Amino acid sequence: MSEKKFDETPLLEVKHLKEYFDINDGLFKTKKLKAVDDVSFFIRKGETLGLVGETGCGKTTVGRTILNLYEPTDGEIYYNGKLIKTKEDIHEFRKKATMVFQDPYSSLNPRMTVADIIGEPLDVHKLYNTPEERREKILELMNHVGLNSEHATRYAHEFSGGQRQRIGIARALAVNPDFIVCDEPVSALDVSIQAQVINMFKELQEKLGLTYLFIAHDLLVVRHISDRIAVMYLGRLVELADAADIYDNPLHPYSQALISAVPVPDPKTARANKRIVLSGDIPSPLNAPSGCPFRTRCPYASDKCAESMPEFKEYKPGHYVACHKVDEEFNK
Amino acid sequence: MKKRLTMHVDLDKFIPATNEEKAYLVQMRPSSTFFKDGCKRLLKNKVATVSLIIIIIITLASIIIPIFWPYGYEQQLGMQIGKPVDASYNNLFPMQYSESELARKAAGEFVMPHFFGTDAAGRDYFIRVIYGTRISLSIGFFASIIVLVIGMTVGSIAGYCGGKVDLVIMRIVDIIYSLPDMLMVILLSSVLKQTELAKVIDRSALSKIGSNIISLFIVFALLYWVSMSRLIRGQILSLREQEYVLSAQATGAKAGWIIKKHLIPNCISVIVISTALQIPSAIFTESYLSFLGLGVNAPMPSLGSLASDALNGVNTYTYRLIIPAVVISLIVLSLNLFGDGLRDAFDPKLNG
Repeated sequence: MSEKKFDETPLLEVKHLKEYFDINDGLFKTKKLKAVDDVSFFIRKGETLGLVGETGCGKTTVGRTILNLYEPTDGEIYYNGKLIKTKEDIHEFRKKATMVFQDPYSSLNPRMTVADIIGEPLDVHKLYNTPEERREKILELMNHVGLNSEHATRYAHEFSGGQRQRIGIARALAVNPDFIVCDEPVSALDVSIQAQVINMFKELQEKLGLTYLFIAHDLLVVRHISDRIAVMYLGRLVELADAADIYDNPLHPYSQALISAVPVPDPKTARANKRIVLSGDIPSPLNAPSGCPFRTRCPYASDKCAESMPEFKEYKPGHYVACHKVDEEFNK
Repeated sequence: MKKRLTMHVDLDKFIPATNEEKAYLVQMRPSSTFFKDGCKRLLKNKVATVSLIIIIIITLASIIIPIFWPYGYEQQLGMQIGKPVDASYNNLFPMQYSESELARKAAGEFVMPHFFGTDAAGRDYFIRVIYGTRISLSIGFFASIIVLVIGMTVGSIAGYCGGKVDLVIMRIVDIIYSLPDMLMVILLSSVLKQTELAKVIDRSALSKIGSNIISLFIVFALLYWVSMSRLIRGQILSLREQEYVLSAQATGAKAGWIIKKHLIPNCISVIVISTALQIPSAIFTESYLSFLGLGVNAPMPSLGSLASDALNGVNTYTYRLIIPAVVISLIVLSLNLFGDGLRDAFDPKLNG
């Protein structure tokens, strides 16, 4: 996968993205919930960036904040080098960037036919002149994702999970986007259907030259589709590297633990691998630990980790890590 | 060489399926919408179906019968131009005829009988009841539409926008809710009678209905939308968390589009049901106010004012009170039962 050559100019760049939610705490007090805290990365044209992490670490929030579904508390989003800030920017950006949702059951309106669901982005952006043109476009999109034209007049509840997700993908493709945020698009599906849908994502990428931000918690799925992988923990990026690199040589202790937990189909290798078991639970983002957020569960935590936040730095070409221990090792 | 005992399938024995055979195997359930399912369930409910038929019969009767009926609702049959007043028309019992009518019948002419007799002014009571039904039904219907439009708009805006907008709207709703509504209706209709508006109405084509009824509409519009808007707000609050709303937002759809295309269609069953239940309550209020003398202007009858007028001779002409009372009960009961049937058929929470 990493043999693919990409333009060096990023299609989408996120700088110091922050998303804090106000949580009621007492009658008139509010507390800040730091769902995403200072996240920076870029995605090159035509590549897939996998975003992994535990439940509640802010993966989905990153995806939604990029599309301005939540107004970012701070930070900048650049698309094709252009800052997305004003309402007009956002409206234009939404013709270029779309989203595939996690739950194929709740993401399709039960009162709309498939044709209307897929045609909604066309209606919103007025991308057709005649009703025939709209119909043709919808049928073409359905064809892209492997749905029959006779499905067009049916309702979403008449389909299986995999077919529903295909409808969701067709809707995301309707505006002819360059960039798609895939928010755990396969985690609600059966394993056999997952493979079909994942392969369809890959085919569509080749055919249409799409760029993906692929959010998932299934590491095998992410490895299969991603060119680069970013690991998130408690609202922060802890590691970002090429997919092969992060699997073979994870630097951050959290990534190491995650990757050691991936099941291996070969029992011999599986037995040989030592699984790193993390103790404790992910802390609440409402009162995150001082310094490095991972230190409460990190086997290598030192005093320094409690004092200061490690910097997210590039240690090898294209391999970014935020860890004091890695920093010390590389500075020796 | 053929291996007789092999488990392998001999592919030569198979022929490809023709297109017809393939088409035969494709089994498609006929597409069924939520609406069709609901109608099916509704028709299975006997009580609701009978109520619907009764409503339809009463509605059609109140529309069609006045077209061909030989007597008018305000026509005093004993008063004819150029002739002395014929008092034998007044206070006829059901199916009785006046003297001149008996004479016409004797001459072989067909005379439409007075099914419910006539009132003290010699007006055919049957057509008055029909007109009263017409007035009551149209008030129930239009008042509910006004309530629906205002309640839906306010409720969906409050529910979708949330936050401060919701807070302000809901406090206004709370205030209106806490006012005693009957008192407000009576106060407002007597106040509106004094204003310029009433005079304008009396000069216009609406004067036959009377300023009272118009003010009743206004009162309804001002007061009764609150429960509808609360209901819709609650629905929309839960619906807007659905991912398809988020998806529409991600597409760049505006609030109006999302409310119109996603939120309202998904709470349409609740809206239809509560509107159906709103109609009888509006009819009830109208009858009640007409009974108190705040309803339609005479000589236009409504079921309530008919009942109220009947009180004058209640010992002799008890049926004049019973007939409009029965019609009101029939309309209100069948609308309520139909509304319940609608709720059972369309509310998925009740039937699992």
